[in-house]
Amino acid sequence: MNLNPKSAKMLDYFASQMVKVSKPGIFWLAIATVFIIGGFYALIVQIVEGHIVTGMRDNVVWGIFIANFIFFIGISYAGALISGILHLLRVEWRTPIIRIAEIITVISTLIGPAYILLCMGRLDRLHHLALFGRIQSPIIWDVMAITTYLIGSIIFLYLASIRDLAALRDYPFKSKWRNKIYTILAIGFNGTPKQNRYLDRSLDIMSAIIIPLAILVHSVLAWIFGMTLRPGWHSTIFAPYFVVAAVFSGTGVLIIALWIFRKYYKLESYITKIHFNYLGIILMILGALYAYFTFSEYLTSWYGSETWEMEVLYKLFNPNEYWWWFFFAAIIGVVLPIIVILIPKFRNINSITAVSVIAVLALWVKRYLIIIPTLEAPLLPLQDMRPEYIHYTPTIIEWLLTFAGVALFCVLFFLFSKFMPILPVVKADEGNYAELRKTVLKRIVKEKMKETEIKESEKMKDL
Amino acid sequence: MEKGKNKQSRRKFISKTVPAALGAIGGVGLVAQSCNTTEEEEKVSLLTPDGQLVEVNKSSMQPVSPAEARKGIPGKQFVMVIDLSRCKNARKCVTKCQKMHDLPPEDEWIKVFLMQDSSDTAPYWFPKPCFHCNQPPCVKVCPVGATYKRTDGLVLVDNERCIGCKFCMTACPYSSRVFQWKEPKETNFADREYSPETSTPHKVGTVGKCDFCPDMIRQGKLPDCVSGCPNGVIFFGNKKEDIVSNGTESFRFSELIHDRAGYHFMAELGTEPNVYYLPPVDRLFDYEKGFNNLTDEQVEFYKKSIVKKH
Ligand code: SF4
Ligand code: SF4
Repeated sequence: MNLNPKSAKMLDYFASQMVKVSKPGIFWLAIATVFIIGGFYALIVQIVEGHIVTGMRDNVVWGIFIANFIFFIGISYAGALISGILHLLRVEWRTPIIRIAEIITVISTLIGPAYILLCMGRLDRLHHLALFGRIQSPIIWDVMAITTYLIGSIIFLYLASIRDLAALRDYPFKSKWRNKIYTILAIGFNGTPKQNRYLDRSLDIMSAIIIPLAILVHSVLAWIFGMTLRPGWHSTIFAPYFVVAAVFSGTGVLIIALWIFRKYYKLESYITKIHFNYLGIILMILGALYAYFTFSEYLTSWYGSETWEMEVLYKLFNPNEYWWWFFFAAIIGVVLPIIVILIPKFRNINSITAVSVIAVLALWVKRYLIIIPTLEAPLLPLQDMRPEYIHYTPTIIEWLLTFAGVALFCVLFFLFSKFMPILPVVKADEGNYAELRKTVLKRIVKEKMKETEIKESEKMKDL
Repeated sequence: MEKGKNKQSRRKFISKTVPAALGAIGGVGLVAQSCNTTEEEEKVSLLTPDGQLVEVNKSSMQPVSPAEARKGIPGKQFVMVIDLSRCKNARKCVTKCQKMHDLPPEDEWIKVFLMQDSSDTAPYWFPKPCFHCNQPPCVKVCPVGATYKRTDGLVLVDNERCIGCKFCMTACPYSSRVFQWKEPKETNFADREYSPETSTPHKVGTVGKCDFCPDMIRQGKLPDCVSGCPNGVIFFGNKKEDIVSNGTESFRFSELIHDRAGYHFMAELGTEPNVYYLPPVDRLFDYEKGFNNLTDEQVEFYKKSIVKKH
């Protein structure tokens, strides 16, 4: 493949990064491995002793496993929606973030469903889904939607990587196995005009497919809850509410990932403040939308004040139960990002990343609050003298498995970055950063000038 | 005055309906069973649906296979009527059900709640089995058909098919389902062949619930909670034959429901339960009687967690 000088330089840089692991890299990898081993241990305990080792009981039959499941499927939206839409709209600044977004999608769609499996009492009967599957059940919808989604996102990631795989194939690595793998994966791509045309077409088609698919996946997920006759779940806006929350958290994770890779691989000249600003603005808009959904969801149930709905609301608004968590998840986690991103003075790479961390944490807590308080307030309350049957507390086993999932996410991400350049190399010059930066700079200068002008004129008035 | 009238009409019912009732209850169990009886085998007498008394082998009364258990007993539509005016929380239905189904004391397939419709009304005891709904949300959501509705109205769980996803537990609005969180300890029936009709032996990681004792029904007996109740609170029978009985008294189902203002619990959910309640009017016991066989701690707990909804 013929590369232009810029791409060749990038390829050189990434190829040298890919074959070595830095000291901090090893350190974090070791920590993640410890967590994964912890999770493995917890998994064995759960399989041997049964679900009794979790905090789940007859009242709260789903715990943080399901919260994790929604969370991971939620962050998978980064690739599907964000990069799909940016691709279709030909947004210029998308190039350096698109691959990272797509990797997030694939990895989290792999890890998320694992939590559903952890929640199943009889893992050994998984094949019953194929043998006896009933299309009436939202779980079957979910199984079908998620498998399609996973395959779709892998295809999307793969198509978007073929050019780079071809470039890597032609790169003289020391260890020959790499070249062998790249040769297979590049399926003879040479960048001929015809190949390029086909590839672009397929990418367009895939990104058009992946957007409705992503929306469907999260809607089906929401319907698992929405279809039941439970206060706090049986809501018509649950599907769009889940979708918005998912894109919100997906964008948050994307920003965090950009920040980490920018630091770790020293990509300051590729991933710039512009990207953070634009993604920040997307995050802010989504945050506002999410807050709007939250507000209308809880306002209607509070105003209607049906006994059943109120039971859940009492739990959420009671300072002794979930109020502080709710306050963090529904208010702090939204208002803070909006304020920080809205006010230009506060807006910089680190602050945008920090509020993204808060938003992502808040969204995890929100998933917890969607599941647990509702299950703790069934229509017919259990008159049960065992407190653990009334109130759910996650056990150490559940936490271990949760952290193991996060650690696995990071490790897989890291491993991927050792296999492929984390930014698209071949098409690197598509979005012309220099141009882009110039326009933005110009705009900033203009604004500054306007500001000083206004100040001057105010001063004149005072005089 | 009203009470007297009630009693009278009840007596009238009984005299009218007892023969029919016996036939109905006795014949409940009969599906064409083969009758090649050998001398030494224990026999059971059963009434066929057309009223004939026959004897069959006890061994042919073995629990039916999971495939057979999906079909339902022909010509039946089982209903339960629970008379709240008679319940004093004797809890015999609970313990007998647990014995019958090999359940540990903490797992209750029929529960007795202390309820109160509003703070001005008197509390009452409320036994609650699975309602075997005609529009069962639990069946709708099961991904593998492990919980299913039969032609005779029963909703059963096949623990050999259940994958333990617990979706049915979140879907059941009446909290009727219980999960096997750990390997079951009690194994009285461990050597028994599993059947959804006996719900035993239990399997870890699957869901259980009240099954209306179809194995008992097949033997021509009443479910254990019905025969276990010392106060005759629970009536059971076949809606198609319009008869319900608590073992000592029998009523025409339609008239009982009509005369005593029978109702569905939380009918607004649209689940169409097959369990009817008779309101707690003209009570036989004061609700505080129900505290008699409880520990102080339990009484305290019940009083605190009284269910204020209807
Ligand atoms: S009461 Fe619950 S478990 Fe029983 S049939 Fe109805 S929905 Fe299903
Ligand atoms: S727990 Fe078992 S019976 Fe209930 S929905 Fe899942 S598979 Fe069906």
